[in-house]
Amino acid sequence: MRRSRCRAGALLLLLALAGSPAAAQPSVVILATTTSTQDSGLLDVLVPLFEKRSGYTLKTIAVGTGQALVLGARGEADVVLVHAPELEAKYMAEGKLLNRRLVMYNDFVLAGPAEDPAGVRAVKKAVEAFRLVARSGSRFVSRGDNSGTHTLERRLWKLAGVEPKGAWYIESGQGMGATLVIANDRNGYTLSDRATHLAFQRRLKLAILLEGDRPLVNLYSVLEASPSNGPRVNAAGGKAFASFLVSAEAQAVIKTFGVEKYGRSLFVPVAGIRFLGGGLRPPSEPPPEIAPAGYPRRRRGWALEGRIPSHDQR
Amino acid sequence: MELIWEGMAQALRLILTGDPEVLGITWLSLQVSGVATGISLLVGIPLGSLIALTRFAGRSFVVSLINTGMGLPPVVVGLFVSIFLWRSGPLGFLELLYTPTAIVIAQFVIAAPIVTGLTLAAVQQIPPQFRLQMLALGASRVQLVWMLLREARLPMLAAVMAGFGGVISEGGASMMVGGNIRGQTRVLTTATVLETGKGNFDLAIALSVLLLVITFLVNWALTWIQQRRRPS
Repeated sequence: MRRSRCRAGALLLLLALAGSPAAAQPSVVILATTTSTQDSGLLDVLVPLFEKRSGYTLKTIAVGTGQALVLGARGEADVVLVHAPELEAKYMAEGKLLNRRLVMYNDFVLAGPAEDPAGVRAVKKAVEAFRLVARSGSRFVSRGDNSGTHTLERRLWKLAGVEPKGAWYIESGQGMGATLVIANDRNGYTLSDRATHLAFQRRLKLAILLEGDRPLVNLYSVLEASPSNGPRVNAAGGKAFASFLVSAEAQAVIKTFGVEKYGRSLFVPVAGIRFLGGGLRPPSEPPPEIAPAGYPRRRRGWALEGRIPSHDQR
Repeated sequence: MELIWEGMAQALRLILTGDPEVLGITWLSLQVSGVATGISLLVGIPLGSLIALTRFAGRSFVVSLINTGMGLPPVVVGLFVSIFLWRSGPLGFLELLYTPTAIVIAQFVIAAPIVTGLTLAAVQQIPPQFRLQMLALGASRVQLVWMLLREARLPMLAAVMAGFGGVISEGGASMMVGGNIRGQTRVLTTATVLETGKGNFDLAIALSVLLLVITFLVNWALTWIQQRRRPS
């Protein structure tokens, strides 16, 4: 008797679930993005706005940039919001991802123990700082997860002429927050995006030892999945979200996001920049007026190092 | 230590104020894990009983498979279910990935071997004389199985608890196949991972406390059912 009641309960639950919107309609757009956009809370503000404006339902899958790009290229996601220009260029060249548009930037910082055993405070260049960390054998905690941050870190090691290997080099295999906590715990250096460092600041002893160097610009772009990636790619939906991110409305939201909580904005909107033949031109209207100290200033001008395929967009 | 008290206080606050987002996440957790456990029972009890009561070639191999399945790592299940449900996967046309149904599927794969294995063990431990006696008293096959299940109900409630406990506390598979989408597939475990990633440790602790309290309450209710008619 009791068993049949139990079974009826299970069936009821099953019916309750069947009643909820389970299967995806073509009105669903899948966004694959890096964890920092979700962890900062920015998407919690932008996504509902997009859904209201467009009528689409957006599903955000927050993974590392490397995985987000793979999901987009495999046709599992319709649009990606990522921050690894070199990797993005590769997928663009393969024709898997289309119409790369800049959305916003913030910057990376080199955080480490306040005593600074490697002495990186004395230098201004990230590459030199990396060299000093390696030379002094100070501990460095890497994310090791193919994320955008990890991609930049590997590039800096390469530029520094260092093969990061050995007991001093730790790969956490985790997100930025967890990696910061490990670096804090082990008295190590780590490369972090500013937003996550801000969010964890309260709980960390780690100090920002280097910032403001040009390669530390953290540039977020939106890319649309090619309809040829698979029969179920919602290309129109992906394009709608990408266009929304660079719209005046979304850019205005990005500009002020974080001010309330941290007293400074976390991202600087830069939609509409044209980038041609490997260089990035500063926006016609200087956005960094509300940018925190240490952000690249317009007057200095800044450009991405390495080649970006020339790509024109409105 | 201070952080833990903060978390506890926040958990209490969230429960008392009935924060709609936390309530939604909690309800979805219960719903998904409840349905997954329910379906596992529908499949696992008959299957476990069948294997317990029959002898066939390769039986010990099947039993070993089930016993291995009882320890399936949730992330492995998450990975394989994801691959099947991907748009490019064999079941992609169903468009189930990143829905609560996908989490139910993954959790079912995790819970079904647990329920099957524990049912198997429960039915098998009934002395064979009991079966002979029932048959001698003229019981039909259906009646026999029914009596056996009644006899094994105490350990089988343990199967329910183990299955439910296994899936509601699991985060890896839910994250992979559900995607932790706000308002759609965010459950207590994946919300805890997210809040930890955000550095909101107090909220993460609060969600963990909530998860523990719910798991305890469900198990308490089941234990009460299990123990109330225990022959003393």
